[in-house]
Amino acid sequence: MKFLLLLIPCVLSAVPLFYNLIEPRLFGFPFFYWFQILLIPVSSLTIYIFHKARR
Amino acid sequence: MIDHLNWPATLVFIGFFCLVTLLGFAAARWRVGDLNDIAEWGLGGRRFGAVISWFLIGGDLYTAYTVIAVPAVVYAIGAYGFFTLPYTILIYPLLYLTFPRLWTVTHRKNYLTAADYVFGRYGHRGLELAVAATGLLATMPYIALQLVGMEKVIQALGFEGQGWLAHLPLSIAFVILALYTYTSGLRATAMIALVKDVMIYVFVIAAIIIIPAKLGGYAAVFDAANAVFAKKVAASGGTAAAGLLLTPQQMMPYATLAIGSAMALFMYPHAMTGLLSASSASAIRKNAIALPAYSILLCFIALMGYMAHAAGIAVTNPQDAVPQLFLKMFPSWFAGFCFAAIAIGALVPAAVMSIGAANTFTRNVWKPFINPAISPHEEAALAKLMSLVVKLGALAVILFMPTKFALDLQLLGGVWMIQIFPAVIIGLFTRWFSGWSLLTGWAAGMILGTWLAWAPAAWTPLHKLFGTDIAVYNGLIALAANVVIAAVLSAILPNSAPDETAAADYEDAPLGTAA
Repeated sequence: MKFLLLLIPCVLSAVPLFYNLIEPRLFGFPFFYWFQILLIPVSSLTIYIFHKARR
Repeated sequence: MIDHLNWPATLVFIGFFCLVTLLGFAAARWRVGDLNDIAEWGLGGRRFGAVISWFLIGGDLYTAYTVIAVPAVVYAIGAYGFFTLPYTILIYPLLYLTFPRLWTVTHRKNYLTAADYVFGRYGHRGLELAVAATGLLATMPYIALQLVGMEKVIQALGFEGQGWLAHLPLSIAFVILALYTYTSGLRATAMIALVKDVMIYVFVIAAIIIIPAKLGGYAAVFDAANAVFAKKVAASGGTAAAGLLLTPQQMMPYATLAIGSAMALFMYPHAMTGLLSASSASAIRKNAIALPAYSILLCFIALMGYMAHAAGIAVTNPQDAVPQLFLKMFPSWFAGFCFAAIAIGALVPAAVMSIGAANTFTRNVWKPFINPAISPHEEAALAKLMSLVVKLGALAVILFMPTKFALDLQLLGGVWMIQIFPAVIIGLFTRWFSGWSLLTGWAAGMILGTWLAWAPAAWTPLHKLFGTDIAVYNGLIALAANVVIAAVLSAILPNSAPDETAAADYEDAPLGTAA
């Protein structure tokens, strides 16, 4: 069920209820912004792990 | 006309423009191939490895229009404009799971376009034409919008003009682009994408360090934007939706726009052309992992909408916010560099789009319906000519029609492109759906999607579901109707048409056997 791995960042990003918040802030960024920015490398990482597990 | 020209910025701008023009013509000699062959001209001979593909696809997907339009929405209404973030997160897992299969089958069977593949898979000329026509229809306004992006930065250089003179620099730039695309094809674009992407990384990194430092840090940037939005909402009596967070009514549109746009993106002929020119399925997989670097860039470009508020920039057209921000925060020469990056950023997608449209027209409209006996050399000649026609058409749209027309068409373009998703993407995994039922579903989706978008005042991308308060992206509603109709029809009359492709044609590395 490694496909679930790819789904995690997709579901997190497609449901704004999870992150439509100001606090906690990070480096002045409201949560809404830094959480979504963080999801980008996380998503890239999940694809990388999936890629390695394919062989 | 040039009395108010910002000379340092303009000279830097012209310098970089000349550099890429030279590169564009020189590209014909790069990894020499027979440019009279359509696969050489229109797909670069499928010889771009993972690195070149990264630059080309990145330069192709993150267009100049994006650099202007995304921060413009963020400047105008705030958080809602960030729907491009979930969108860019959704596209790469989708890319990883589907496109290596599509690349492999197109490579084995020598298909050049999505419609080529769809005909091979379903043996249905009508469906092939539908896929081709959808791509052509959606690409034209998209090219026109690249010109809008370019014109914004030319205006910001201080160029003023009346009547046709106003469009003179744009027209010159575009004719040059058309000529080197004609001679060098996708090679020129890949080479220019390299320059463009490096320039964009330089200006974004400079912007995210220098601008907030001058404005008192990111917290101050967000606070300033928040204050502007609070004033805007108060002035409208609480009816305007703008702020650092989504309103409850905006959540569903935010999510469905992201999902729908992600499904539409790789259906566009330019995305298809960029991906199919890769040298291997594994180059595409590596790019699904590495391309998100551009998404981080896009995010900071979006944040420039807030930086403009913090810098006190008040413009009536939100699309002027970013160019004005550069002029205010950077020395003139560096503003010129940023504008050149955006303008060159328009050339890359515009060229790939015109090449994608030209390939599609030649292979899927002209060849099957007008001249089946066309030779490979004639194919290449026709595709080159079509790339000129497509670009002149886009230029005419900008010169003779209101910009709003191109914007409305672009909005509909996404809704239309999703309608070929079942034929192209689901088709990679199953052939349970039949060609004619997919065609019927496509027609229903196209009509429903266009009808939903129509409103008396302006075209709208969203529609409220069954009289509730929940608004959903039209493209997804139309896609649901499309799939249901195709499924019901396929269940009644199972698919019996011949299939040119075999299951093994989709697998690039068969397990246990030598490839």
